[in-house]
Amino acid sequence: MAETTRLPAESERTEGWRTRAVARRSTRAWRVRGSAAVVAVLVLAVLLVPPFVQLDQQAVDLAAKLRPPSWEHPFGTDDVGRDLLLRCVYGLRVSLLVGVVAAVVATVVGTAVGALAGALGGWPDRVLMRLVDVFASVPHLLLGIFIVAMFRPGVWPVVVSVALTHWLSTARIVRAEVLSLRSRPYVDAAISGGASRYRVAVRHLLPGVLPQAGLAAVLMVPHAVWHESALSFLGLGLPTHQASLGTLVQTARGSLLAGDWWPTLFPGLCTVVATLAIAGLAGAWRERLNPRRRSELML
Amino acid sequence: MSRPPWGPMARLAGRRALFAVPVLGTVTFGVFAIAAASPFDPVKAYAGTAGLSASQRTLDQLRANLGADRPLVARWWEWLTSAVRGDLGDSSALRQPVADVIGERVGWSVLLASAAFVVAVLLGTLLGVLAARRPGGWTDRAVTSFAYTLEAAPPFWLGLLVIWLFALKLGVLPAGGLTDTGSTVVTAAEVARHLVLPAGVLALSQLPWFVLYVRQGVGDALQEDPVRGARARGLAERTVLTGHALRSGMLPVLTLIGSRVPELITGALLVETVFSWPGIAAATVEAATAVDFPLLAALTVLATIAVLAGNLLADLLYGLADPRVGFDG
Repeated sequence: MAETTRLPAESERTEGWRTRAVARRSTRAWRVRGSAAVVAVLVLAVLLVPPFVQLDQQAVDLAAKLRPPSWEHPFGTDDVGRDLLLRCVYGLRVSLLVGVVAAVVATVVGTAVGALAGALGGWPDRVLMRLVDVFASVPHLLLGIFIVAMFRPGVWPVVVSVALTHWLSTARIVRAEVLSLRSRPYVDAAISGGASRYRVAVRHLLPGVLPQAGLAAVLMVPHAVWHESALSFLGLGLPTHQASLGTLVQTARGSLLAGDWWPTLFPGLCTVVATLAIAGLAGAWRERLNPRRRSELML
Repeated sequence: MSRPPWGPMARLAGRRALFAVPVLGTVTFGVFAIAAASPFDPVKAYAGTAGLSASQRTLDQLRANLGADRPLVARWWEWLTSAVRGDLGDSSALRQPVADVIGERVGWSVLLASAAFVVAVLLGTLLGVLAARRPGGWTDRAVTSFAYTLEAAPPFWLGLLVIWLFALKLGVLPAGGLTDTGSTVVTAAEVARHLVLPAGVLALSQLPWFVLYVRQGVGDALQEDPVRGARARGLAERTVLTGHALRSGMLPVLTLIGSRVPELITGALLVETVFSWPGIAAATVEAATAVDFPLLAALTVLATIAVLAGNLLADLLYGLADPRVGFDG
């Protein structure tokens, strides 16, 4: 909005823009605070409810099956009378656990590949980046489906398949960061001062790369949760008795086709809320790390 | 526009085709390597329940007949050479040649995907322009929030909710399939009615990216000189928006459609399954559930080809739209 030639008649409009920009900044601050609060509530719920609340998520109560949402059961009950709020908390716990583990594995792999490619340069760089290109040309969910189908059943195939399809962007980001750090004067100074390759890598390159890698890891969590729930929904991920955000939607299909909407609605809403909150927090962090890059899509 | 630069475009396509050979080789080898490392046993898969009672000698004979006792590289090479000749093997789950499965189903998937893309482009352009008109205004905030929320929503969940609303509650549209149950002929009218919900959900799943990019493109274009010039000439806001800003803001977005093939395939895998659409993505999920390796391998390669072709298309269109970019990639 920084324009030097502006007609006097437009000055009022400029004022309008400015106040709007201020308002926008403050709504953004509120959005970050809201995201932080939601993430805090969800994390506390999945950490504290299972060990401290003496309710059995598997408790079947056939007398209370398929009750619509009420004060007693805020999310209603499923087709065998299990409380859906409790099932959703347990499902979120499993999905977040799978998502976080997969994101950490993917980040470690991506950082290692990206750092190696950026630090070594030459033909190792070309080979590794071609490998990234090859992986990128297979649709993620399809590769995930293939891996899970071959190694079913279990939690680990899901974690590995999500991790294997998500390290590519981290590798690209880390490589670019290493390349830019390598040309900094302090790295030149360290090299001419006689520092070993290992020391340059560990003392000078790695610390500069870590924030970007950490951000990539956080941004990856909602993605990984999304992938897990898609695989589980297709019946290829976690076993159906294991509550996760995907299996809850999958097992609710029968009830939905009979006209009962709540067993389908609430697990999906949990996915949406968790994704938006985590992405909102990560987005604020990204703006701080890369202020000049306009954040487009959050995922 | 003057005559398109066919020469450089053909050279780009040729280079990409050459690059596709090692990529496809690596992908197929990777697929075989994953299968070899997995507990999956092609002999048991082929024999099915009969394998449980068969003697070890029969099983060994079968293993030799299937060639499953040979090393990984040999099996991969044999598959690759027969695939090049058009023989993709037989699907164990659907009991028919893989090539027939693909041939029967690919048309329905293309129909679904094209319908979804048309809806996504039209709706996305409309919402994106509305949002770009006043950055930070309430329309912009509503559209942007909607796009983010939609991006976070799993397509299979949206599909189920849509089925609940339109097929069960309102009873206006069918819940899935290609034709009504019991009908033996496929008529265009029936297919169109069955297409509405899956195409709509697939379009919704592709919409967020499109809305946000159009918003960005048109918003940037509104700050550029041609638009300011048009405003200074006193042209109507509508003319400025659709004639000047939309044109320069949309072009880069339209060209990028080709690069969205992976996301489209991901969406199709979920949407076709939810709506029992008889396309190729639903067959992929069926093949995975039944551990049908020949079909899965062929479909993975097909998807990879689609992604590479989409990337090529995007680069060609981008070079055409913006001559400064050229065809060097």
